[in-house]
Amino acid sequence: MKLSLHNVSWCAGGKTIVHAASYAFGAGQVTAIVGPNGAGKSTLLRLASGLLPAEVGAVRLNDVPITALSPAHLAGGRAMLTQDSPLRARFTLRDLVAMGGQVSAPLMGASARLELAGLLLERVGLGAFSERDIMGLSGGERQRAHLARVMMQLEAAVHGTDRHPGFLLLDEPISAQDLSRQHLVLDLARAHARRGGGVVLVIHDLNWAAACADQIVVLHEGRIYAQGPPEHVLTNALASHVFGLEEGQVHKHAATGKPYILPHNMIDQ
Amino acid sequence: MTLAQRRGVLLLCALLPLLLLVTAVSLNVGATGVHLTALWQSDAHGSLYAERVVLTQIRGPHVVMAGLTGAALAVAGAVMQGLFRNPLADPGLIGVSSGAALATACMIVLGGAGLDVAVGGVHAFITGTAWSVPVAGTLGSFAAAWLLYRFATRGGMTSVSMILLAGVALSAFAGALTGILIFRANDAALRDLTFWTMGSFAGATWARIGMLCPFLLVAAWITAGLAMPLNALLLGESDARLMGYPVERIKRLAMLLVACSVGPTVSFVGAIGFVGVVVPHLVRLVTGPDHRFVLPGSALLGAALLIAADTLARVIAMPADVPVGIVTAVLGTPVFVWLLTRAHEREVLA
Repeated sequence: MKLSLHNVSWCAGGKTIVHAASYAFGAGQVTAIVGPNGAGKSTLLRLASGLLPAEVGAVRLNDVPITALSPAHLAGGRAMLTQDSPLRARFTLRDLVAMGGQVSAPLMGASARLELAGLLLERVGLGAFSERDIMGLSGGERQRAHLARVMMQLEAAVHGTDRHPGFLLLDEPISAQDLSRQHLVLDLARAHARRGGGVVLVIHDLNWAAACADQIVVLHEGRIYAQGPPEHVLTNALASHVFGLEEGQVHKHAATGKPYILPHNMIDQ
Repeated sequence: MTLAQRRGVLLLCALLPLLLLVTAVSLNVGATGVHLTALWQSDAHGSLYAERVVLTQIRGPHVVMAGLTGAALAVAGAVMQGLFRNPLADPGLIGVSSGAALATACMIVLGGAGLDVAVGGVHAFITGTAWSVPVAGTLGSFAAAWLLYRFATRGGMTSVSMILLAGVALSAFAGALTGILIFRANDAALRDLTFWTMGSFAGATWARIGMLCPFLLVAAWITAGLAMPLNALLLGESDARLMGYPVERIKRLAMLLVACSVGPTVSFVGAIGFVGVVVPHLVRLVTGPDHRFVLPGSALLGAALLIAADTLARVIAMPADVPVGIVTAVLGTPVFVWLLTRAHEREVLA
């Protein structure tokens, strides 16, 4: 499985948001897209998902342009968690999650669908709430319910086969989560990659990005500024140039060798 | 089956006998004092002929027209509310009602003799009734919906909020043109127009129902495939598209459904308010938001409610037929206000 961007650009309101981005997201890997506010991270993810049609360049899933894929095929090959849902309808969590597999796995039986939905709700820590309606949940719980729905879209498509699940695109999946649930969500992302699926996540927390991602893509002013494993990418030079931090704030974790950022000077002041 | 689905199935099972009961009651009452029993009593001397004519040629089409209209308006309302993600959306939003009203006013005031000859000629041998008004109304409603769709579509994407805003503008414009026609109208035309705007099934005949059927069949066929896409659209257009639904096609189909179900019915029976707004909400109170139950539930309840309202309209001022639009407005307004306050409370609490 491969999801690749080829020289993709996107403009809005006369401004280039994403400029000639080329990158191949690999299966079995977690790739984190990081960068300052307005760098074009979410736009890049929306382009990769096909939600935005690339004005220039092409997005390919397994070397086939995604514009040439049927909606059902594309739905089984990639799923995306968007930042906020306008959902105001009182669906029960299980119905909401089951809905995720409706198009990607049209032949799946109703009971198998509900069973898989229940299992995924367990995984995101909402197993006890499966008959509750989504409007009665907190913001963080809703975000995880939608995560379960998005995972359902990919899991249902490969249910009962030995194929690898598709690409999970997550736009700030931990923005509404407490620390332990941040851990839970990123663990699920890692587990998806271990099973042979691909994960692309937009994330603001560079420490979480360094801890969970195999590859980091840094976006700066609409361009891919750096890419590679966290220990190669998250350097003092990058932190100061892209994020405006003072030198010497990127440290190396003693046990794992992974980089982490701690702005000491601010604490000292 | 989840709890919500079980409730949905139960509701559908309860609504079907209710609809049959209301239909039977409606057939049984009326100004002439004829009862349903006349249909199966033995009639060796032909003395029940007149009574059977009343049942099969007057009350029968009357009740069937009321049921079809109620079902069409309620399903169209449910679809509009789902598409716009707005609890107060109404089939009238996409301009079909105002388009039909304008075309109808044109026919009534300016006269539709030419159209009558063209269309009515085919059917004249069956009924002898005037066809110009419903035919013009249907064309007007389709023209309005098409205009609105073209207006709100840019680069292959239809903006739902644009439909909403342009629909308001179009309705106001059509209303103004209708106003000019009313200003020009003579007394007889004014009376016809006024009755049309209040809605009535008095003109229902089997021939008219037959003419309505192709439109309603198209609408029913679209409805059958629209439940899951509408559920997905409640999550927002982006998420529905990401889940694999062809969102633009769904919007086109939904507008076609509303034009097919509301345009012709409104043209035949006049403007009947509140059924489209209120019925889907009443169904949702029991079934939740799942359109697999909301759509058939709305059809059944809409049919039952409009038949009941029509029965009431026939008996409260016997032997006169009170326009059914008055009954639905009088009964519907309190429910509508209650829905408004409930939605407001929910927003304040959320």
